[in-house]
Amino acid sequence: MADEQRPRPQPTPETAHFWEGTRAGELRLQKCHDCAKVYFPPRPFCPQCSSRNVGIHRASGKASLHSYVIHHRKVPGFTPPYAIAVVELAEGPRMMTNIVDCPQTPEALVLDMPLEVTFLKMDDEITLPLFRPAKG
Amino acid sequence: MRQKSVAIVGASETTGLGTIPNMSQIQLHADAALNAMADCGLTAKDIDGVACAVETPVQIAHYLGITPSWVDGTAVGGCSFMIHVRHAAAAIEAGLCKTVLITHGESGKSRIAQIPRTIPPGSLNGQFEQPFGPMGPPSLFPIPVLRYMKTYGVTHEQMAMVSVTQREWAAKNPRATFKDPITVDDVLNSRMIAYPFRILQCCLVSDGGGALILTSAERAKDFPTRPVYILGTGESVETPMVSQMADFTSSRAFSVAGPTALKAAGIAHKDVDHLMIYDAFAHLPIYGLEDLGFCERGTAAAFIAGRNTAPGGKLPLNTNGGGLSYAHSGMYGMFALQESVRQMRGTAPAQVAGAKISVCHGVGGMFAASGTIIFSNQAP
Repeated sequence: MADEQRPRPQPTPETAHFWEGTRAGELRLQKCHDCAKVYFPPRPFCPQCSSRNVGIHRASGKASLHSYVIHHRKVPGFTPPYAIAVVELAEGPRMMTNIVDCPQTPEALVLDMPLEVTFLKMDDEITLPLFRPAKG
Repeated sequence: MRQKSVAIVGASETTGLGTIPNMSQIQLHADAALNAMADCGLTAKDIDGVACAVETPVQIAHYLGITPSWVDGTAVGGCSFMIHVRHAAAAIEAGLCKTVLITHGESGKSRIAQIPRTIPPGSLNGQFEQPFGPMGPPSLFPIPVLRYMKTYGVTHEQMAMVSVTQREWAAKNPRATFKDPITVDDVLNSRMIAYPFRILQCCLVSDGGGALILTSAERAKDFPTRPVYILGTGESVETPMVSQMADFTSSRAFSVAGPTALKAAGIAHKDVDHLMIYDAFAHLPIYGLEDLGFCERGTAAAFIAGRNTAPGGKLPLNTNGGGLSYAHSGMYGMFALQESVRQMRGTAPAQVAGAKISVCHGVGGMFAASGTIIFSNQAP
C-alpha cells in the first residue's frame, strides 16, 4: 500500500477508464480510430486530429526510461532521495511515474533502460502505475 | 500585425528587492507602479490600460485609482509580462487605449498576502504528475535535463558554467542578491536539490516587483525618459505538464515565440547586442539559445562554457545576474524586461557599451508558456 500522505489523484468522467484500468492491473491508453494516434493523458477526443472517434485499449506495459530527477527534499508520502521519472511507453506516449525495485541512484537509473509497469494500491479506488526494471 | 510603433516610456523595479518584510504583495505592485509613473512624470489619471498576472487587473486598477478602458490579466507564469507587453502594444496600435501600465509584485520570500498556488487533485497535473512526488518547480523543471545531456553529450561541468558566468554579471550589479564569485567546483559541490541540479543551479526566492509604462512611439518623444521601442514580439504555450513536452531537448513554446519575434522585428541574430533568457534553472539559457536560433542544436552549453555570454563575450546574456543570482520572486519575467530596458536606456550597472538591440525571452510554468520581446533604443 502507498503511504497515505502521497497526493491522491481524483478521477474525472474523462479519466475514469484509466483509473478503473490500473485498479484491474491494466495500463489503458486511448487511440484515435481516424488517424491512429495513441495518446495520453486521457480525454474523449484525439489531440492530433480533433476526432471524437476514439477507443480505449490495454497497453503492453513496456516502457523505457526517458528522463528523471532524483529528488532530495522531503515531501509528504515520500522518502528522499527518490526518482521522479518520465517513461516512454512502447506505444509512444510518455508519462510521469516512479521507478521501483531499483536503487535511486544515477548509476542504477540509466536512460533508455527497459522498464515494465507495476501497480501500487493507494485505496479501494486508486491504484498508481509505477515502473520497474524489465525482467529478462 | 503592424509593430514598431510602441515604446516603453516608464520603467522601474520596486524600491527594495530581495527581502521586503514591510509590504504585502499588492503593495509591491503599487510601489513598482508609482516608481514607474514617477520615472516618466505620470499619475494614475494618465493611465488607461492595466495588465498584471495572478493579482487581477481589477485589484490593481482599483488599488492604484485607475479607470481603465483596456485590461489584460493573462497569467501563464513568469513570462506573463512579456505577453502583456505584446498585447499592450497591439492594443495601443489598434487604438483601444493610449497608455498602458504593466505591474508585477510578488511576496515570494516573505509571503505577505501572497496568493497560494494549488493544484486541484482532479486536474491533469493533479492526477498524472502530483501522485509521483514533485514539489514545485525545483522538482519538475529539471526533469528534461538528463535527456538533453545524453542527447548532446553535455557534461555537468559545462552545465555548471551557466551559474558561474551569471554570477560574474551579478557581481557588477549592486542590487543583485548574490555577488560573490563562484567556481564550477562550488556549483558541483553545492547542496543537491534534484539530481542533476544543485542549489546553485536553482533560482533565488525573493520579494520584489517591477512596472512598465507603454505608449505610442509618437507620444514617447514627449516624455523625459529615453524611449525604448518595441521592434517585435512573440508568444506561445505548450503544455501544463512537463512530462508531456513534445521534445525534452527543446521547448516548442520557445521555438514559436522567439522566431516569431525575430521575424516581426526584421532582424538577424548578428544584430542582437544584448540578450535576456529567463533562467529559473540553469538549463533554460541553453534551451533558449538553441530554440531562438543563436546556437546550433547541442552547442549552447559549450558556447556558454566558452565564455561567449560572460562579461567580455560576444553575446552578453543575463547581465543583471539572472534569476540565479539577481532576484527571482516566483515570476521573474518582469526583472528580465527591466534589465533589457536599462540596457537600452544606457543605465544598466553592467552596461553593454553601444547596445542598440536587446532580446528578452521568457518562460512560464515548466516550459508551459513563452513570450519574447525585442527592444531597441533606435527609432524604427
